[in-house]
Formats: sequence, structure tokens, C-alpha cells
Amino acid sequence: MALYPRPRSALIPVLHLAQEQDGYLTEDAMVHIGELLDITAAEVYGTASFYDMFFREPVGRHLISICTNVACMINGAYELVDHAEKTLGIKADTTTADGEFTLEEFECLALCDKAPCLTVNWRFFGPVTNQDFDRLVDDLRAGRLADVVPPHGTLCRVRRTVGLPAQVPFPGREGDPMKKPVRDGDGVGAAAGAPAPPVDKRTPGERVAEGQQPAREGAVPQVDESAAQILGPEGTDTGPTAGGSRAGGGT
Amino acid sequence: MAVTEVEPIVTARLGLPESWTLKTYVDNGGYAGLRKALSMSPGAIKDDMLNASLLGRGGAGFDAGKKWSMLAKGQPSYLVVNADESEPCTFKDHMLIEGDPHQLIEGTAICAYANGVTQAFIYVRGEFALGVERLTAAVNEAYDHGALGRDIFGSGFDLDLVVHYGAGAYIVGEETALLESLEGKRGFPRIKPPNFPAVSGLYGCPTVVNNVETLSYLPWIVINGGSSFSRMGEGVSAGTRLFSLSGHVNRPGNYEFEWAKATFRDLIEHPRLGGGVRNGNQLKAIIPGGASSPWFGPDKLDMALQHDVVQKAGSMLGSGSVIVMDHTTCAVRAAWRIVKFFHRESCGQCTPCREGSGWLEKIMIRIEQGSGREEDLELLLDVCDNISPDITWPPKQTTICVLGPSIPPAIATSLNMFRDEYLVHIKEGGCPFD
Repeated sequence: MALYPRPRSALIPVLHLAQEQDGYLTEDAMVHIGELLDITAAEVYGTASFYDMFFREPVGRHLISICTNVACMINGAYELVDHAEKTLGIKADTTTADGEFTLEEFECLALCDKAPCLTVNWRFFGPVTNQDFDRLVDDLRAGRLADVVPPHGTLCRVRRTVGLPAQVPFPGREGDPMKKPVRDGDGVGAAAGAPAPPVDKRTPGERVAEGQQPAREGAVPQVDESAAQILGPEGTDTGPTAGGSRAGGGT
Repeated sequence: MAVTEVEPIVTARLGLPESWTLKTYVDNGGYAGLRKALSMSPGAIKDDMLNASLLGRGGAGFDAGKKWSMLAKGQPSYLVVNADESEPCTFKDHMLIEGDPHQLIEGTAICAYANGVTQAFIYVRGEFALGVERLTAAVNEAYDHGALGRDIFGSGFDLDLVVHYGAGAYIVGEETALLESLEGKRGFPRIKPPNFPAVSGLYGCPTVVNNVETLSYLPWIVINGGSSFSRMGEGVSAGTRLFSLSGHVNRPGNYEFEWAKATFRDLIEHPRLGGGVRNGNQLKAIIPGGASSPWFGPDKLDMALQHDVVQKAGSMLGSGSVIVMDHTTCAVRAAWRIVKFFHRESCGQCTPCREGSGWLEKIMIRIEQGSGREEDLELLLDVCDNISPDITWPPKQTTICVLGPSIPPAIATSLNMFRDEYLVHIKEGGCPFD
């Protein structure tokens, strides 16, 4: 939160943390997040429900999202969905009885050179044949891909370790003028008409600590427990068949 | 017209081992552009950007240097990098974020310095989990290297860079929706005017919004000079450009080459690029610039991949994604899938888009599944006309943003090119390709 000029900007990342903790967004978590960010639970829910990646009911440990947009469709994505439904014994947008897999059709995942492609908990695989799919499901079930594919909800396993205090915007020009200023320094800036960034005497480590802990008392959210799990940059080198490693073949 | 031999700019490091690490980046000339930029005045960099004639690579094709010059004065101002790449069949930014995150960070820092911005955000599409992780790790490394944070490389310039990630919504790629989302709200586009980001953007403050690929060119432009960049290409289509090639080609992928010199045929058939249509099949149609763009038939293959040429011919290069469909493709089904996408991704603010996209999808699927009626073809165009009057190009708009007017082109052009195919679906009561 300390990274952002306004706490509400942290809403989507904090919702991801809640989903990382519980696998989906519980009502409790959304109420807590509202308290933490000084917005109503309805505003939290209203925002969360807009975005495809947030689930408000439990999903499987592995969320399989098959892209069916044009490039994948013309390369057999719907046939892959049919096959996946047979392999898993469920229809798209449902979860297996053992809670292992949720299958969904998804819009373009931006791996169109490896069509048809899919993601498992947002880790990319492609191109995927029917045989590849069955092997993938076996591997996931047996836990053989645990270091590549974290549990559903875990988006970023690298935590930020650095940062400067956020630049506070003109309070009078903010999009939501009814909102009371909640950051130190906001009011000062409003009075002076020229909000200088507050002088920061903390060390980077202290600033980061504030970024990962609730800024105010009395609103300890359950979502922040997961922030304790800090991995170094080496934690990033776990990409599956990532599209990014492919260089442009042009001149 | 040919594919010319020029050194790649934004994909230069992508083949290197661990190209996403600081070590590889610095060993290969990384952060030299930022060091040089910090020794120049911000005004000089902005002037050089105007010389470079770098068109924004996000889709709208607006000159980045001009965009910067429109930034209103006043502190604080912000820089937001649009890394919410979701246009169907566009996958270049995905590659750049995962493959060379430091290049993006360096470009972002140069842009921030030139515009007097001290806080920047990179809004990454939430689905790019690996990209978010690599970028976050790269930002941590860049701070330690002195390329971000306080007193960057001893210049006295401060910049804080936040890696922000979304949660799955195509519309957030629209720049004002991006800002709404970054404020922690639903991704509803804002009405322009008055909400031009350069004047009233993030938290109502002046904001620069640039695309990933656009900013990735900056280190090279600062080192080599804007005129070296604009010497490549043709007119406003200056420099090199990344094209995302997908569909029925032998070698789908992202390819960077000199802009405006090659044709669609070069891109699809050149052995180092697309390598031809798969299985030697016949080409049926191409979608030249993302799902929003009007389709082209094989007759346009020898057209130059050039911004204004394609614009004049009634379509656009948009985000630089070219989708190739061979003769086994059902045009009705492809157009239906595009409409389905827009229906799902309409934010719901404006009636023509919210309702129209749903109606169009229902009509399209009924034709595809064999329950269509001949008068449906006129009905399709009528609904399209309500979303974008006269179905012209560039499209007219009845909605807040351009998502609505992006729906009709696929239907209108496929119907125009393949009317017989639509009629066969209706007369035979099913899809002839099934």
C-alpha cells in the first residue's frame, strides 16, 4: 500500500494476495480488505466481480484455462476443450469432484505462436495436443510440476524489496473528491496548494516493511500473512514452456 | 519491397541465456542509454523523440514524442506503462516483458526523466504471471544497480517504479480504463474529453501512458539519436517494428524488421519469417492488425506493411498482429469468435456496445449452427450500424471508447468478402466446414 499514492490503488494486488491465501475470494477477506483500504465491502466486491481472474467461490487446486480465441480456435482449441472435458470428466466452467481441477475457456492468452495454448494457474503451456494434455494432467495430479505451477491464486512469487514513498496527487483534483485524504502529508499539500512529497527518513527496508504490513492499526488483514513468503529472484526462473524465451527471428 | 537487413532493436538480446537478468543486460550494453539520457537535458531528449517519429506501438499509432509534448505542466505527474496486452493474437509485449524486462525498465526511466516524472507504474496483464515475476525481480535488481530509486547513477534524478498487475479484463488496455483500474476500480473507460490522460489522468493528474514496445525502443534511440531511428522505415512508419504473426503459417512468431519496407506477402512467406501458409494451403484471408481491424483478402498481399498505406486501404496495422487463415477456415465461425470476444469483454457502460455485441453474437452463432435466416445478414449490418454509424473506416463512434466500434469490422468485412459462405450456412442449415 505504501507504494501507491492512494491506498485504493493497491486493491487488485491485495485481492490477488487474498486469493493466494484462500484459493478464492472469501467474503471475510473482502470485508477485511475494505477496512484496510478504507472503502466499503461493496466497493471491494464490485471491483473484484469485474475481473475474470477473481473467483468468489472455491475452484480447483489447478485452474486450467484453455484459450479459444481466433488463433487458437483455428488451430483446434475447441477440439482440445472437448478432449479436456472427456479427460477430466467435467464440463468447462466446473470443478472435478476431488477439487483438483477447474476447467475454463479463456480469451486470448497472448501465446498465439504456440496455439492451441493453455495456462495452469497462469503458467503457460503450448502448443498442446490431446496427448500433451493428458500427460500434463497426470503430472499435475502426481505433483511433478509443483515448482513450475504453484497452487491456484499464487501469481507473483517474487516480492518487492525496494522502493520510495509514493507521490501524493493534488487532493483537490482527485477523481473522487468526496474521499477524505488518508495519507500523512496529503492535508499539508492541500493547504499549501503545492504538495511536496513528504521527507522520508526511513531506510528502504523500513519502507518496504510498511508496504507489506497494514499501514493503520486495528486492521490486520488475513491476506498479509502470505506476504511473509519471500522468494529471491532465483524463484523466477521456473518458467514452463514460456513464450518469452523465443527470440524474434527477423533480420 | 523486401525484408531489409537491419539489426533488431527491441529483440536484440532475446536469444541470450537468461536474457531477463541484470547481468546479461549490463554485459550487453544495458543501461548505457539511461546513463546518456541523464547527461542530457530533458528537453533535448524530447526534441530527439520528435526527430525519431516513434509511433506508439499499442494500437492507436499516435506519435510518442507528440504525446509527451502534450503533457500538462504540474506536479505531481505520473507515467503509466501499458503492459496490459490483451488484443487477440498480439503477443509481442508478453515476449518483451518476459524476455527483456530491464530494457523496459530502462525505457521507462528515460521517459520519466524526459517528462519530469518521479513516479511510474508498469501495469502488467495479470495473466502474465511469469512476466510479473521477472519484472518484479528486475526492478529489485535495478534498484540495487542504482538505475532506479534515489539519485539514479549519481544524477540527482529520483524515480520510483511500481510493478502493478491486473486481474483479467481486455478493456483495461484502453488507456483511461487502465488508469481507473490502477486506481483500484472497475475498468470503465472515461469520457474524452475532458479526461485526456496528458491533462487529467491518474488521480486527476497529468499522466503519460505508453506501450511496452514503444518504451523498449528508447534506450536505442537515446544512444543512436532520433534521426537514426527515423532513417529506417518510411515516413511516419519509422524505425523497426515487431509483428506478431499467428494462424495458419509454418512459422508463427514475433518478428522485428524494418518497418514499411516489407509486404504482407513477405511477412507470411519469407523463409526467415512466416515460411508460407501451412501444408501449402491456399490463403483465404488475413486480419492485419488485431481482432478490431477489417479483414483483407489475398488481393492485398502485396501491400506494404505501412501505417498510412494500410489505413488508406480501409484497415489498420493496429497492434501489429497479423492473423493468417487458410482455405480450411470457416469465415462465419472466425467472425463469430471475434464478436463473442467483444461481447464478453464489453465493460457494459454504453448500451450500443453492451447490447449490440450480445445480439450480434446470437445472430452469428445461429447462422453458424444452421438456424440462420437470409434476412439475418441485413439484421447484422443494421445492428453494426447502430454501434458504429455507416460502418465506415475509420469507424464512427456512439460509445465512450473504441471497443464498440471494434465489433462491426469483422462482421462487415467477412460478410462483404464471403457473402456466399454465409448464404451456404443458411441454405444448407449448417456449417460446410464441419
